[in-house]
Amino acid sequence: MKADPRGVLTGEHFIDGDHACCEGALAAGARFAAGYPITPSTEVVERFAARVPTVGGTFIQMEDELAASITLQGGVWAGAKAFTVTSGPGFSLMMEHIGYAAMTETPCVFVDVQRGGPSTGLPTLPAQADMMQARWGSHGDYAVIALCPNSPQECFDLTIKAFNLSEEFRVPVMFMMDEVVGHMTEKVVIPPADQIEIVPRKHTKESVEEFQPYKTNGDLVPEIAHAGEGYRFHVTGLTHDERGYPNMTPQTQDKLVRRLQNKITSAADRIAMFEEAHLKDADVVVVSYGITSRVAQRAIDTAREQGLRVGKLRLITAWPFPEKKIRQLAGRVKAFVVPELNLGQMALEVERAAAGRAKTFSLTHAGGGVHRPEDILKVIVEASR
Amino acid sequence: MSTDLNTDLLNNDLLNTDLPDDDLVNPVEPFLRTDRMPHIWCPGCGIGTTVNCFARALIESKIDLQSLALVSGIGCTGRVAGYVALDSFHTTHGRAIPFATGLKLANPKLNVVVYSGDGDLSAIGGNHLIHAARRNIDLKVICVNNLIYAMTGGQTAPTTPDHATTSTNPYGTFEPSFNLPHLVEAAGAVYVARWTTFHVRQLARAIGEAFQKKGFSFIEVISPCPTLYQRRNKLGDSLDTMKYYKAKSKVKNGAPTSEVGLTISGEIIVGKFVDRERPDYQSMMRAQYVDSLGDRFVEPMEAEVCS
Amino acid sequence: MFHHFYQAHFLIKRGGLVTKGRVSIVAERCKSCGFCIEFCPSHVLAFSSAFNAKGYHVPHVVHPEKCSGCDLCGMYCPDFAIYGKKNADGGKK
Repeated sequence: MKADPRGVLTGEHFIDGDHACCEGALAAGARFAAGYPITPSTEVVERFAARVPTVGGTFIQMEDELAASITLQGGVWAGAKAFTVTSGPGFSLMMEHIGYAAMTETPCVFVDVQRGGPSTGLPTLPAQADMMQARWGSHGDYAVIALCPNSPQECFDLTIKAFNLSEEFRVPVMFMMDEVVGHMTEKVVIPPADQIEIVPRKHTKESVEEFQPYKTNGDLVPEIAHAGEGYRFHVTGLTHDERGYPNMTPQTQDKLVRRLQNKITSAADRIAMFEEAHLKDADVVVVSYGITSRVAQRAIDTAREQGLRVGKLRLITAWPFPEKKIRQLAGRVKAFVVPELNLGQMALEVERAAAGRAKTFSLTHAGGGVHRPEDILKVIVEASR
Repeated sequence: MSTDLNTDLLNNDLLNTDLPDDDLVNPVEPFLRTDRMPHIWCPGCGIGTTVNCFARALIESKIDLQSLALVSGIGCTGRVAGYVALDSFHTTHGRAIPFATGLKLANPKLNVVVYSGDGDLSAIGGNHLIHAARRNIDLKVICVNNLIYAMTGGQTAPTTPDHATTSTNPYGTFEPSFNLPHLVEAAGAVYVARWTTFHVRQLARAIGEAFQKKGFSFIEVISPCPTLYQRRNKLGDSLDTMKYYKAKSKVKNGAPTSEVGLTISGEIIVGKFVDRERPDYQSMMRAQYVDSLGDRFVEPMEAEVCS
Repeated sequence: MFHHFYQAHFLIKRGGLVTKGRVSIVAERCKSCGFCIEFCPSHVLAFSSAFNAKGYHVPHVVHPEKCSGCDLCGMYCPDFAIYGKKNADGGKK
């Protein structure tokens, strides 16, 4: 399905990542958003609030993030594509409803423009310290998808991808920006609507009598119906059977929770996106994502100029973690260097996937700025020895 | 005739099966997920009674059931969503109203009912309650107030009156309680009524009236929790409570809501307290956009096409 | 399990009684709260001495001739176990 041209601002623009994210959402077909102001993410919904009445949709500013993160899901069950936007403190409040979206299989997108934490932290300065929270933040076992753009152009492109993945897998998708990417202004090219591929909602074709809201057919993702269509279905955050009815047995729990996780993990290879360079001859691979990948690029370039065999692996999909890729590389490289704006989060995943076959150098930064390329270079040199 | 049911049951004559089918259907039955009966509510719990009134209000008001969505939060009343044969959403604790807000805004054709308890709506969901009333979102809120957190075992709620004993105030509560009609009127609700589970016909009528209103309507239903509130406070069983409702309720339509606060065993003022007109959120939103954007305004799509 | 509809209606046929209404009881759902008995304006119902499968005393009809079919019992019943219905002929024959 092609994008609805009403939401697509085709052309070349000079805009920041927050604004590009908003345009990506509109191009993806989002016509409903509920938000709560928080730096450094607010520009996304500010632009949405200005744009959406001209393309046929609704924005509501809610009383808090708890409300915003569930209001958008009401919008989804009424038939809209919907999202919300926040930063760390708000992301913490939204965990309740990321769990609800995972449990009820509500396709939607949560944008987190990361800033320094914990707590109020550094409202105007960058971090990448919500990466584990994005994966594990709500209680219970579930799986999500998380994407990490590193430029305003990617904020546009990958927001569309985020919506598409949310629809394909009926899962909340975390869009993990950071303050620098959000506030960085660059050229963003928005293609014509007929060049933008949109994944439609997986709507049921069953009759009202036959429809069961959580019955799967061949794959692991059930078909959906919307309120007002006559299906008279039930949705609950309680453990439920295929009819959507609460069922408090270990058997139903096992079946449901494993499916919620398996529908993502079994498709991890298909979901995994990364950018790679110089991996063929690499002794050392720099694994990075978001704004840090752009700093790392400088370090990689310098290292290669100095004759070091350094490869680049930029994670575009953070979750599900592309562990197969790391596992393959671990068999033939000496080490991974993982710079990130936190005290070592995705480095843990790299280390786990490498399983001792290659060393992992975690290059930490508490946030508030970005790494210096020379600091990354220093670790590359050390790792190459 | 015999007064022994078991004897009756053995007598085939008494198992009357030759009545027309429609005679055999309880009017509430088409609104229930009968495959989920019996429900989990305790003997003497009033929630089922409110569901009867809701069903009869739907019949009376001839509302299109396909357009009707029901949203509950968490708690005993939160289970209503699981028992009604409607598009029904059992959401998270306190968040029924914002979920319902999303449904209504994304598809304005829906009639959206929020059916939840006092703790869910006024404590953890208190912020959403007042803001939805302030915005005048077109929602029908039915708040079953049993004065306690029942599902979790009888803890103090914002509505627990006087010095009632609860599991978390074992020596009696001492914090003042919310007067919910006063709260939601102050916040902006266009329709505010209170009835008890004794007042079944009035309650059914009130729910029907709320469906006629455009805007935030709030109906409080005082309801017994014999298991955790009445018993712990030595107020008898639920039948005693219903008799108390009958004896001590006073109908005062239009009563100032500041004067309808509840006490543990005193008078219960019931009636329709507020019935006023204010433009609802979506009317205001549309007017603002039309005014500011003129021809550039595009109507929000009703039932957004995703498929 | 005795899932049955226990109706006052049969009495019309059996004893030639003419009533304005009748009640039906789904005994297995009853939890014995007594609301229907207490608030029936015509005092049609009383507790039976028998138990249902869950051990609750179920109401039964003691004065079928008084039933107006007003359905107050049905509105009160928290367990959807009883309802009243006016007879089509309104008891006029």
